[in-house]
Amino acid sequence: MTTTSIPPAIAEPFTKIRPHSGWAALNLPEAWKFRDLLFALAARDLKLRYKQTALGVVWVIAQPLMAAAIFSFVFGKVARLSSDGVPYLLFSFAGLLGWNLFSATVTKCSGCLVGNSQLISKVFFPRLILPLSTIPSVLVDFAVAAAMMALLMAIHGVAPGWGILLMPVWMAVLLMLALGIGLGAAALAVPYRDVQYIVPVFMQILLYASPIAYAISAVPEHLRSVYLCNPLSAPLEAFRASLLHTAWPGWESLAVAAGFSAVVFLAGLYAFKRMERQFADVI
Amino acid sequence: MSSERTMSFSSNGTAVSVRGLNKSFTIAHQAKKHSTLTEAILDRVRHPFRRDERETFHALKDLSFDVKQGEVVGIIGRNGAGKSTLLKILSRITGPTSGEIDLYGRVGSLLEVGTGFHPELTGRENIFLNGAILGMSRAEIRKQFDAIVDFSGVEKFLDTPVKRYSSGMYVRLAFAVAAHLESEIMVVDEVLAVGDAEFQRKCMGKIKDVATGGRTVLFVSHNLASVTSLCSSCLVLKEGALAFVGAAAEGAQFYTDSAARWAREDRRDLRLCRASWAAPLIQSARVLGADETEQACLPAGTPLTIEMTFETPVDQPLRQPVMGAVFHRSGFGTVCGVNTRMTGFDDATGSQTAGTMRCTLRRPPFLPGHYTVDLWLGDGPGDSDVLYGYLSFELEDADVYDTGRAPFRDMGVIFLDPEWDFQSRSSGTLPPEKKPQTSSRQSHHLPILP
Repeated sequence: MTTTSIPPAIAEPFTKIRPHSGWAALNLPEAWKFRDLLFALAARDLKLRYKQTALGVVWVIAQPLMAAAIFSFVFGKVARLSSDGVPYLLFSFAGLLGWNLFSATVTKCSGCLVGNSQLISKVFFPRLILPLSTIPSVLVDFAVAAAMMALLMAIHGVAPGWGILLMPVWMAVLLMLALGIGLGAAALAVPYRDVQYIVPVFMQILLYASPIAYAISAVPEHLRSVYLCNPLSAPLEAFRASLLHTAWPGWESLAVAAGFSAVVFLAGLYAFKRMERQFADVI
Repeated sequence: MSSERTMSFSSNGTAVSVRGLNKSFTIAHQAKKHSTLTEAILDRVRHPFRRDERETFHALKDLSFDVKQGEVVGIIGRNGAGKSTLLKILSRITGPTSGEIDLYGRVGSLLEVGTGFHPELTGRENIFLNGAILGMSRAEIRKQFDAIVDFSGVEKFLDTPVKRYSSGMYVRLAFAVAAHLESEIMVVDEVLAVGDAEFQRKCMGKIKDVATGGRTVLFVSHNLASVTSLCSSCLVLKEGALAFVGAAAEGAQFYTDSAARWAREDRRDLRLCRASWAAPLIQSARVLGADETEQACLPAGTPLTIEMTFETPVDQPLRQPVMGAVFHRSGFGTVCGVNTRMTGFDDATGSQTAGTMRCTLRRPPFLPGHYTVDLWLGDGPGDSDVLYGYLSFELEDADVYDTGRAPFRDMGVIFLDPEWDFQSRSSGTLPPEKKPQTSSRQSHHLPILP
């Protein structure tokens, strides 16, 4: 086979290409170099959402508002569950605010590789940019819905307490968990397309299995320890408590949920990087 | 072996160094391939201990070569030789299975234009998006913005969604963005030069600018003429391995010389091309060029002969052998078919048990491209044996009109030999004629060549 003799190179190579292995592939400095791409992709998603839609931004508010109205009717009026003394609409809207942050991240992340298969097979960039680029648009939606929340609270004369300062913490816990699941699902969806159909079903189940339309206190006592195994329970409840002075989940369950989210996040990241090298070959 | 030669060094300093590069794909056998997770899990549950039977396909085998800074390297090889895989690894779209590559500079890859273009976004938005996707920073795109718009010629439609663009405008804008990527090492696929003939010329001109501007370029081409005109050196790939490394002109010659031999070596099994009902009477077939030797690559418009030999059982002779050939052009479909009954030919009348039949086209009017041929052997009005797509050949750009201007390559499938006529009806005195330039052969070029 060919071996051409060359004088030894003086400069260090700009890029070294080697077969990938495990964590070595997690090249964060490289991902940072591509930050402009992250924002360009996020900007694309946002622009597309508001182009050729009659209602545009209205949907971002209308969707949780309608869901909250239905939840208030079913759980507040029909089932007559307790909402810890706040108007039921506020109660369920606050739950949905946290939930949508989580579910939108999972859904968008899990579809980002298959949805951009054209890019993956034709251009190089750190693949991690794709799932990360979904976050800005999720956060914009969150901000719009949060403004609606503030309006609703003002209408009902509910003022948040100091607890609101902890909101970013709960958001971070929810986002970590969502990214962990989303990254894993995105990587799995490359060889197995049915992951895309499983995710929505999974999210539908999780919506009712988490304290969004009702409070943890409405769950029968003897089931509560099982219920708290859902890592979403504690952060969602804490999220709502920060806004509306509702009951706080225990600190232990919050700590466990935060720890669990961190583990899921790292596991998702690892799975994503492990499978990254195959993306272009399989997709 | 020719590959022991080193490349011509145009300056000191290596730009690309490849050592022992391998790339293999694992192909699970069809029956065991799962495309859904459910299937994969169910199968695992049913057969917990079975190991999947897998086959490994080696796309690239132990490649080692160096490219000096400023060198323009053509990469040639037949379809499936590993050219695209090599480009994808160099541009880091996919990783190597083993081996080491060192790149001394930023790599920009132009493998396809318009990657990531979104039809709903405006031209301006797409410039920024596509630029970012290709690896430009926002600041770089801003700096190049005017040049990109200028090159594409779509400034009037910058704020129109690109879905309203004509396909020509779309491609021009896409190429313009790609062409303004500034990186030390460029990886270019020639299929990039797209659009109408004039824009293709502009594209190839731009590629040439890049090539002569001191940057290192790796250029995959299917056109030997553009390799010899653009590149200083070239690599020839054969089934994933390096078959030649050296000067561009020698490489092109090596490729031309070897192509027919390679085509013969891996010629497909006759049985695979045979229609299910056909009797195995055709024994062999080949494509001959003007010099009566077997060819895989011929200049367009030069004599082309399709030859086939047949043999029948002694007791079942063909009472009236008929030969037919149907030509297909890749990407365009069937071009034309001929047979001895239709065009009239009776040298082979009478019962025959064996023979060689030839069909020669003195000036086949086929445009440059890749062609396959179906072969028919009939007995009078009945069909006896058919081989679908058994023969193939490549027609190269050629000066078929002897004017220095080649016919439009992708405008249909054939070129014509028209007779023009002009009768002047001008009256009165005309201003003195400008002397027409007759001896300016140098300024005439084939449309797709720079």
